[in-house]
Amino acid sequence: MNFKLKVWRQARPAVAGKFVNYEAREIPAEASFLEMLDLVNEGLIERNEDPIAFDSDCREGICGMCSLVINGIPHGQGKAKTTCQLYMRRFRDGDTIWIEPFRAAVFPVIKDLAVDRSALDRIIETAGYISVRTGSAPEANSIPISKPVADLAMEAAACIGCGACVAACPNSSAMLFVGAKVSHLGLLPQGQPERVSRAIKMVRSMDSLGFGNCTNHYECEAVCPAEISASFISRLNRDYGAASAKEALAVG
Amino acid sequence: MDTTLNSKVPSGPLESKWRKHRDESKLVSPNNKRKFDILVIGSGLAGASAAASLAELGYNVKCFCFQDSARRAHSIAAQGGINAAKNYQNDGDSVFRLFYDTIRGGDFRSREANVYRLAQISVEIIDQCVAQGVPFAREYGGLLANRSFGGAQVSRTFYARGQTGQQLLLGAYQALARQIELGGVQMFPRTELLDIVVVQGHAKGIIVRDLVSGEISAHAGDTVVLATGGYGNVFYLSTNAHGCNVSATYRAYKRGAFFANPCYTQIHPTCIPVAGSYQSKLTLMSESLRNDGRVWVPKQKGDKRPPDQIPESDRDYYLERKYPSYGNLAPRDIASRSAKEVCDEGRGVGPGGLGVYLDFSDAIKRLGEKTIRERYGNLFDMYQNITGENAYKVPMRIYPAVHYTMGGLWVDYNLMSNLPGLHVLGEANFSDHGANRLGASALMQGLADGYFVIPYTIGNYLATQMNKKISVDRPEFAAARKEVKERIQRLLSIKGKRTVTSFHRELGTLVWEKCGMARSEASLKEALEKIPALREEFWQNVNVLGEGAEFNQALEQAGRVADFLEFAELMCEDALERNESCGGHFRSEYQTEEGEALRNDDEFCHVAAWQYNGPDAKPTRHIEPLEFEEVHLATRSYK
Repeated sequence: MNFKLKVWRQARPAVAGKFVNYEAREIPAEASFLEMLDLVNEGLIERNEDPIAFDSDCREGICGMCSLVINGIPHGQGKAKTTCQLYMRRFRDGDTIWIEPFRAAVFPVIKDLAVDRSALDRIIETAGYISVRTGSAPEANSIPISKPVADLAMEAAACIGCGACVAACPNSSAMLFVGAKVSHLGLLPQGQPERVSRAIKMVRSMDSLGFGNCTNHYECEAVCPAEISASFISRLNRDYGAASAKEALAVG
Repeated sequence: MDTTLNSKVPSGPLESKWRKHRDESKLVSPNNKRKFDILVIGSGLAGASAAASLAELGYNVKCFCFQDSARRAHSIAAQGGINAAKNYQNDGDSVFRLFYDTIRGGDFRSREANVYRLAQISVEIIDQCVAQGVPFAREYGGLLANRSFGGAQVSRTFYARGQTGQQLLLGAYQALARQIELGGVQMFPRTELLDIVVVQGHAKGIIVRDLVSGEISAHAGDTVVLATGGYGNVFYLSTNAHGCNVSATYRAYKRGAFFANPCYTQIHPTCIPVAGSYQSKLTLMSESLRNDGRVWVPKQKGDKRPPDQIPESDRDYYLERKYPSYGNLAPRDIASRSAKEVCDEGRGVGPGGLGVYLDFSDAIKRLGEKTIRERYGNLFDMYQNITGENAYKVPMRIYPAVHYTMGGLWVDYNLMSNLPGLHVLGEANFSDHGANRLGASALMQGLADGYFVIPYTIGNYLATQMNKKISVDRPEFAAARKEVKERIQRLLSIKGKRTVTSFHRELGTLVWEKCGMARSEASLKEALEKIPALREEFWQNVNVLGEGAEFNQALEQAGRVADFLEFAELMCEDALERNESCGGHFRSEYQTEEGEALRNDDEFCHVAAWQYNGPDAKPTRHIEPLEFEEVHLATRSYK
């Protein structure tokens, strides 16, 4: 298959970027999108041209390192998958494909298609955990957790931290990411002691890092490769509301 | 020559060794802990759990990973589960049984005391992870669920859907994040280790490259902890992540740490086959598919007919034919080798002829498509997404792929290398899986090492290092830094004709063919002749563009491939010296009449640990004899 690529090239964070045209020739339909880019890069290197920088690691859809906005959609067309799980047979021979980095002010471009998503780590560092020291855990079966609750917590915990939700959101909000973590931990009995402070700290961290607010576009849910439900945002709002009310009472 | 290999296994009965060792280990007092700097390289299960736990104790920790976040380490991709001897099923499990299954699964080539300790610690891991909020699968009564896994007759595997590795890693990552917030850990993502600095015979620092700016910097520490994973990507194609590499452990080897059993590599039988030379990785399909699928190839060489036009009489269900009692459920290594054999005979299917059919048509006839969909729906979907084929209609094509490496840096019972001050955890060390790892044991080992072994044993070293602070101003750091910079300049200045990937692919194909599922003296000697030639060509003809002082992914890759080009030789050397077959190391000269691995306990019941002697000298092969106090050496039987 042959494709016309329009790829965002940007040498460094501080310089202006632009779309550059490339031809992807004789690409097997069985190749993944990233393998197609690998082939393009091989060709560029052979012609002594700078290869296109992009992030990836596991290439099986779980590590969350790959990104890319493909024809305007984070992780490209199709539901519930990362860019590394997008295969070229989904395109038509001769298609023009636009390839951009995840766009958000909080995700500065490092080079070309690689962006810095460390703001997501910062949010988790603020409070995205249960404070338990190694060695101080009680016997695992001492606290039963009903299966539906455990299953729902797992659905929230499945977030791969890729940041597609932020890239898809017109406000660059990380509410789905935060909602997933607050819900995962807040659903479990082990997460109760810090539930209130966790919600409030994570939301404030998100705000101070420059992520935007949620205005219910649901673009995040539509592109999420882990199919995290936007209902977890509602759960976050409830916890955050409760936390703010408590705080107001304490101050008042 | 082997006097340096003191395993430091404590004396006394097997079941009390670990307790005794903990009681006798040196303690570092809280006010002294904060004086010690620990450098942890890698943020997977072993690295993240170690960094978090050591910081909780009060040590100053710096943690480094090459990914953009600690959460991306390849532990995240583990699917199946984690073993623990909880005996929640009341089915007769015990610490001893988990220990014995692991020793036997490793074909009696692991260190008994380490494996026993692993089985003991397994139960604490589950407690720890549940307390962190790892959403393990549960029964309707609210208690933890288990499933069965290969190599065991009890049900002891804990799991979180098919994403157990992800959930365990996120637990460790979150513990690490908490310590970063509290100031106990300083995290360095997108930072790659390029050398270990040895001062007066002790590992006291590292040289790293900031992958964004390209800046080379030195970090001094009182001890270095490597948790950098395995070397499966020496084969180019494997189920490992793209970035997995041998560089950290290989750099340590070149600085004096012994590399143990590099020839022990695990090949997983059910992966989606290679479809073309463009391919960058192989994807695992759960082994559970073999419960209902039948494996076959055409009887005739080069039979190009579509599978539905090949009548029963022209099909060879070779596993059922060769292993009538186990059939399609033959063990991993046998299933893998048999697939290779039929493909080598020219009877493989699919593009390139490197594949065998895994056919569900009989099971669909017997059970209905609905039942098969319920059991394996997600796998069939994944297969269709990758191959574009509907496995309900046409047989799946599968082929074995490199999955895990049991070999690694040699460590003693404290998880310290022969190079004092260098500790090695998880897949990066050699200690617990012998010649073959059982399913659901990698996660167990990574977390055991990080949460529950190193926090106790690291004190034995650090207590001897009071007031021996090393500064990065020492000449050893400047020298190592200079070497690293020169190597980068050398890579950038070649400007040859071939890409890094083309060399990596060629090396991978070579070691896969000559040192893969089956090895022989002849194939290994051939590889040992070709690898140096390929390496030489690499250093003369590779084309790495750009600069060192910038984000340069081709340069990162070039450094890793350069190390693979050296390491591959060591792996083949080790395979050649081990004149027996055991676990994942199958030497075609050493097999029973039925094609089983034939161990040679008289001559090879030992760990081979290799010492680097310089670029042009042969490495020295040291030996740690394996002494079994509790178990009797037996032949594994699958009949």
